[in-house]
Amino acid sequence: MTLMIGIPKEIASGEKRVATVPDVVEKLIKLGFKVAVESGAGDAANCSDDVYRAAGAEIIDGAAKLWAASDIVFKVCVPTSAEVDLMREGGTLIGFIWPAQNPELMQQLAVKKATVLAIDSLPRQLSRAQKMDALTSQAGVAGYRAVIEAANAFGRFFNGQITAAGKVPPAKVFIAGAGVAGLAAIGTAAGLGAIVRANDTRAEVADQVKSLGGEFVKVEYEEEGSGGGGYAKVMSEGFQQAQREMYAKQAKEVDIIITTALIPGKPAPKLITAEMVKSMKPGSVIVDMAAERGGNCELTEPGQAVVKHGVTIVGYTDLNSRLAKQSSTLYGTNLFRLTEELCKTKDGIINVNMEDDAIRGLTVIKEGNITWPAPAPKLPAAPAKPAAAKAAAPAAKGHGHGGSNEPMAGGKLAVMFGVSALLFLFVGAYAPAAFLGHFTVFVLACFVGYMVVWNVTPALHTPLMSVTNAISSIIAIGALVQIAPLIMGSVDRPDNLIRWLAVAGITLTAVNMFGGFAVTQRMLAMFRK
Amino acid sequence: MSESLATVSYIGATILFILSLGGLSHPATSLRGNLYGIIGMTIAVLATIFGPRVTMAGIPWIIVSMVVGGSIGLYAARVVKMTQMPELVALMHSLVGLAACLVGFANYIDPVAAVNLSSAEKAIHEIEIYLGILIGAITFSGSIIAFGKLSGKIGGKPLLLPARHWMNLAGLLIIIYFGREFLHAESVSAGMTPLIVMTVIALLFGIHMVMAIGGADMPVVVSMLNSYSGWAAAATGFMLNNDLLIVTGALVGSSGAILSYIMCRAMARNFISVIAGGFGTGGGTPAAASGDVQPAGEVVAVSAAETAELLREAKNVIIVPGYGMAVAQAQHTVNEITQYLREQGINVRFGIHPVAGRMPGHMNVLLAEARVPYDIVLEMDELNQDFPNTDVAIVIGANDIVNPAAQDDPTSPIAGMPVLEVWKAKTSIVMKRSMASGYAGVDNPLFYKENNRMLFGDAKKMLEEVFVALKS
Repeated sequence: MTLMIGIPKEIASGEKRVATVPDVVEKLIKLGFKVAVESGAGDAANCSDDVYRAAGAEIIDGAAKLWAASDIVFKVCVPTSAEVDLMREGGTLIGFIWPAQNPELMQQLAVKKATVLAIDSLPRQLSRAQKMDALTSQAGVAGYRAVIEAANAFGRFFNGQITAAGKVPPAKVFIAGAGVAGLAAIGTAAGLGAIVRANDTRAEVADQVKSLGGEFVKVEYEEEGSGGGGYAKVMSEGFQQAQREMYAKQAKEVDIIITTALIPGKPAPKLITAEMVKSMKPGSVIVDMAAERGGNCELTEPGQAVVKHGVTIVGYTDLNSRLAKQSSTLYGTNLFRLTEELCKTKDGIINVNMEDDAIRGLTVIKEGNITWPAPAPKLPAAPAKPAAAKAAAPAAKGHGHGGSNEPMAGGKLAVMFGVSALLFLFVGAYAPAAFLGHFTVFVLACFVGYMVVWNVTPALHTPLMSVTNAISSIIAIGALVQIAPLIMGSVDRPDNLIRWLAVAGITLTAVNMFGGFAVTQRMLAMFRK
Repeated sequence: MSESLATVSYIGATILFILSLGGLSHPATSLRGNLYGIIGMTIAVLATIFGPRVTMAGIPWIIVSMVVGGSIGLYAARVVKMTQMPELVALMHSLVGLAACLVGFANYIDPVAAVNLSSAEKAIHEIEIYLGILIGAITFSGSIIAFGKLSGKIGGKPLLLPARHWMNLAGLLIIIYFGREFLHAESVSAGMTPLIVMTVIALLFGIHMVMAIGGADMPVVVSMLNSYSGWAAAATGFMLNNDLLIVTGALVGSSGAILSYIMCRAMARNFISVIAGGFGTGGGTPAAASGDVQPAGEVVAVSAAETAELLREAKNVIIVPGYGMAVAQAQHTVNEITQYLREQGINVRFGIHPVAGRMPGHMNVLLAEARVPYDIVLEMDELNQDFPNTDVAIVIGANDIVNPAAQDDPTSPIAGMPVLEVWKAKTSIVMKRSMASGYAGVDNPLFYKENNRMLFGDAKKMLEEVFVALKS
């Protein structure tokens, strides 16, 4: 028995996307499934019933009939309670669910004995899950569209031009948040010829920003902003203060601001204050991609484009629907990749394999049992921070670079302390006072050396060694003071012999001194970017 | 310049040296760090020359010897190739060691140094001389041997004399015995004999110690000798009652020791057993271990053109450079290939093993010289988990650091050493001159794996051929 995949028309107001497109229908049929599409489901995304029919889908009139006929339903928006009522008992639903925000819906689906795969719950860190990552594909489309909306509302060119009619300066675009949407926006705006700057609390994305032609603007404050799973986290007060200053500065300089900052499970951070909007040039544009979650700008009105203080603030929440065909194609492909994973036998029957990390994460309800949230998949932590990688991978025990600063084992430490205590006791008992002064200096210097060197980056081991080598030629001083000291009284001193020894010593150390520093300089010069 | 002024200058120099080492911890501040070191050294030397302990009569001597030594040093620093850096550093360590010996001897025969000392102070002063010369001599001879091994003038295999630990112990006892003799000597000439005997033993001890350390552990040795040269300076400082020497020596000594320790951990080696010499722990016989297990399977050789073909079709490439790249001076060709591949949209990264090459950070220096962007040069831990997603892993003249036996074979001499898991890539290509085993003298089962290809020949020549084939 092959299963029927049903594609209902999206009923949310303003939603123009559809869960699959004709090209993908063909592929689903090749996997062995039958596909039914509600009449008119793809109209808003330029996919007519005829094209679906040509691709091999059955066209069914009316949502009720379609839901009843389908074993598996592909959805885009979170289903309404009315839709769930239509659903067949024990059926399968794949689409956006947001289980954390929709507990009633989860209950209702569980009562239906449904199996539900929430595309939003995909463990995105798994590299093989990337092909199913609808959040990423949709965010990319939205980022692109945000720039197009900005260009639409902006009264000038994006690129600088020198024409017979005069010189046109390029537009300056600032993008807050370099996640998927932000990066897509950077690429698009840079492609249109604008000067693009971007900021993100996660310092490691700086290179990605640069790779897309943007300039990374740093917040002058030390804090690591990765909150796990590739998301950002809430930052400290000091950081936020520094960030606000930076945004205020950017607001005065740029023509267009696109904000994409979201923190999972929290309202969007208010990055752009009314003050900053006032400080912008008239005719400037803000596109607030976080409008749905309250907006990054204080003056955003979700769902609308408004003009305040001469600045157009675009708060559309339907950026994806404004590019419905593209969004649907990518989303449909994401769902198709997921279906492939579910149906490895290619016989039109799905197998929800809970042993599979990706599938396990996606599955929020299995045959009426709520299985959300999934346990965190066993993964190597983000390699950005060696310290984190170390905690996650005990196999790397022997690894000693990159600032790992693990304390010594307790037993060893005790022995160390014991031995040094004995040593100090011995020295204290026998050594004269003059010696102790030097000894104090010596021990302290050892510790300073230890502290200073412990966190050296491995790339610099060689220069460090060569500079310490150069510094060790300080021994020249020993030879210097011997060459011709003040002689008090008449002592029988073998002057010549000592002098020649000292001269040899100075020569040797001078080789080391000059050579060591010069060679270090040579090496370090290469480390410059 | 008065005594106090000289002392204050010394404090300034000390701070500059500390800042210098601190600056060298991060690439961004490293150049400044080196500058601090230079300024500190200049201040220290000038303060000494114009200080109360050097009279005008000595100035010409100082200038001549400084100019001669300085020119040699600058010349050497200018002409040395980046690949020869380890040898140069080792050689320079030996100079410091020798200088420490000379200063020690000069100090001993100098009657001025010991006037006005109480008997306890005199004893301590003599112990300091004795220790200073001892450490200096070990540093000197050990560094010379390390230089020989690194430059290939002496074989890399560890030389393991029978009962070597007993020999070391005997040496130590003799040194202690003569130390007693030395302290009880009535006059300078009477003390000279034990001092010279000790120096000879210390020299032999240094030779023996480094000879017994395997080639693969050479980076640790270089850094350890660096540490020794610092201790020698510190001992000299005690001898001369000079705090600047003590502080600087201790700084260099402890930082060198920490560096060696960090490196030992990176190789899963026991610090003590590396210093005590030989591979593995205790009195193991490394030569025997490699003989028993001959990895089964066939070695598949490929041509440069086939390598280029593999690279062209790859999406993810990881390059693992080793000493072979340094020897062949292939880093510039590697960079050209990298740039070309990156232009084609291929993700190329470098995997650097902490002990690749003959000196810690050796590969980073070479790749930086060739202007490989440092954000694609990653540490072993940063990319080891990426090998399964990698299409082609190219190993350029590395062997032990990619040896799967370290993980699979508990009897292997390198068992437990973290390695780059190139065999997990879809295809691995090993560039090598021949099937000879690595510096550790261990056979590498990687070469016999099904997904491994061997590209025999000189790394630079072969890479150039690959590059030509890539572009055509």
